[in-house]
Amino acid sequence: MTDKELNQTVEARKITHREFQRVYPETINSISTEEANRKRVVARKDISLFQWTIREMKRYKIAYLMIAPFMFVFILFTLFPVLLSAILSLTSFNMLEMNWDMFIGLDNYTRLFFEDDIFLQACKNTLVFAAITGPVSYILSFVVAWFINELSPRIRAWVTLIFYAPSISGGAYTIWGYLFSDDSYGWVNGTLMDLGILDAPKLWFHDEKYAMTLCIVVALWMSLGTAFLSFIGGLQTIRKDIFEAAAVDGIKNRWQELWFITLPEMKNHLMFGAVMSITGAFGFGSVVTQLCGFPSVNYSCHTIMHCLEDYGSQRWEVGYASSIAVVLFLIMIGANMLVKKLLSKVGR
Amino acid sequence: MQKEQKIRIRKHQVVLNRSAGGDGAIAFFLIIMGVFMFIPLYYVVIQSLKPLDELWMFPPKFIVQHPTMQNFGDLFNLLSDSWVPFSRYIFNTVFITFAGTFGNLFFSSIAAYALAKIPFPGRKPIFTTIQSSLMFTSTVTSIANFITLSALGLLDNPFAIIIPAWGSSMGLYLMKQFMESSISDDVLQSARLDGCSELKTFWSIAMPLVKPGWLTLIIYSFQGLWNTGSSIYLYSEQYKTLNYAISQITAGGIVRAGASAAASVIMMIVPILVFVISQSNIIETMASSGMKD
Repeated sequence: MTDKELNQTVEARKITHREFQRVYPETINSISTEEANRKRVVARKDISLFQWTIREMKRYKIAYLMIAPFMFVFILFTLFPVLLSAILSLTSFNMLEMNWDMFIGLDNYTRLFFEDDIFLQACKNTLVFAAITGPVSYILSFVVAWFINELSPRIRAWVTLIFYAPSISGGAYTIWGYLFSDDSYGWVNGTLMDLGILDAPKLWFHDEKYAMTLCIVVALWMSLGTAFLSFIGGLQTIRKDIFEAAAVDGIKNRWQELWFITLPEMKNHLMFGAVMSITGAFGFGSVVTQLCGFPSVNYSCHTIMHCLEDYGSQRWEVGYASSIAVVLFLIMIGANMLVKKLLSKVGR
Repeated sequence: MQKEQKIRIRKHQVVLNRSAGGDGAIAFFLIIMGVFMFIPLYYVVIQSLKPLDELWMFPPKFIVQHPTMQNFGDLFNLLSDSWVPFSRYIFNTVFITFAGTFGNLFFSSIAAYALAKIPFPGRKPIFTTIQSSLMFTSTVTSIANFITLSALGLLDNPFAIIIPAWGSSMGLYLMKQFMESSISDDVLQSARLDGCSELKTFWSIAMPLVKPGWLTLIIYSFQGLWNTGSSIYLYSEQYKTLNYAISQITAGGIVRAGASAAASVIMMIVPILVFVISQSNIIETMASSGMKD
């Protein structure tokens, strides 16, 4: 019996797979992969969803074994902490006193938002900092990746290295502290004084007026990281013939090409890059500490990360610190949702 | 009627929709940006090669007249005066980096394979959770993790850094996306039909196909762990890392400008070299890093 005849028979009699097997037992061994898949689909309808799930779980039990070690560590050190922070934030738990009679409801949050001036200042600083570095570094990553995409592979590799190096060069950012150091031996002060623009050295990182701006500059200097590489990789996967077709269809310049073709094609990478930029913009505390000191002059660069460090690992007021962590977490989720909404408008 | 397209020839290649003015503007922008990115790194290197009198010259110079390796010598002298032998810091950093990276590579790859290629129930919600956890910076989780680690008795133990690195969502995410796009299901299916177990299929069919993915994962994990500095999880001197030792020297302030620049050079040269070697593999992996909804 040929395949065609077989199909006709099945169509004609509308038999279920089980009947089919009973009627034609000899075809089972010669069954192809597609038919095996079809067989699964038919079988799926024979039993309830619950039974089906159980059966599939048994069938693929090796997969659960394979993800088990990773999931164990992942849940313990990434998911559980979020839950634990949320619970602890409702308590006055303190590592130094170890008091266990401590449920205080939302008191930590009212203290944060109505009594703690430094936290409010830190909130403002963090939002300003993130609102500038996040989008700017994101756009910069994309624009640079897009610009270098048309260079020849060899030159592109070098340019990529120059732009990416600051983000992986560990503690090299401390050099900014020397470039902008407080005395006349710092390069900026030295040069400006030599040219007669300044009379006396400026305190750059230790001056309220400049500290924040300089930190933002350093953050941007270090910000072409994972998102940047992701964009470079993504841009190379776009097929060239799409651009040719688009040119025929009336795309007139590179900006139209960017908006109507490149950006929509890159949507998935743009989303990933956005998540990376958000993480970067909110995880910048240690660099600020190194450059401006802790705490910075008049709390001009004090961010939520610093509050967290202050209460968490110096005063050990874990309950209060946890409420700060929860606030930071919620801000990041909010930023992520905002970005998702904005990205859904791309290419329309 | 459609307007005739402007077509330019750029090195034997027909280029659509590109104006010479635009190319020029882009080149200009890239050069300015490139200089901005490059100057601080250049200054670190220059600073590390300057002899003492040039470090304190007014006005400071952007070139070095008499390059010397003296700062590196000073750095090693300073480090050898520390409480525990300098080699101990190096050993700690190398141990943390290797143990963390290999664990991460193995556990992430095997989990990524299951998530990408085995249609078991529940894999979608699991992966979505991992994907959204890419946002959780270590700042958010550090306090709660301190409590967890102390409950597990892992405080002041290098494994307090190593074990959390095994569950890094970044590595798994990149690996899973890469496996999904670069291994065809047919290959795996035929291996399974030939009687390969899932584990064998993973190890001898899938893993050799995703070598660029391994490299990327190794480099990501490496960069993170290599730069492990002072951590609230490690407080005995004998477990401190190289980065911590070096930051102690930098904290010596302005008088140690030369030695601290030398330290920065040493700390940055390793990740940069690793990146140079593996760049094309990383970009290949990144090509599939897109986040589907």
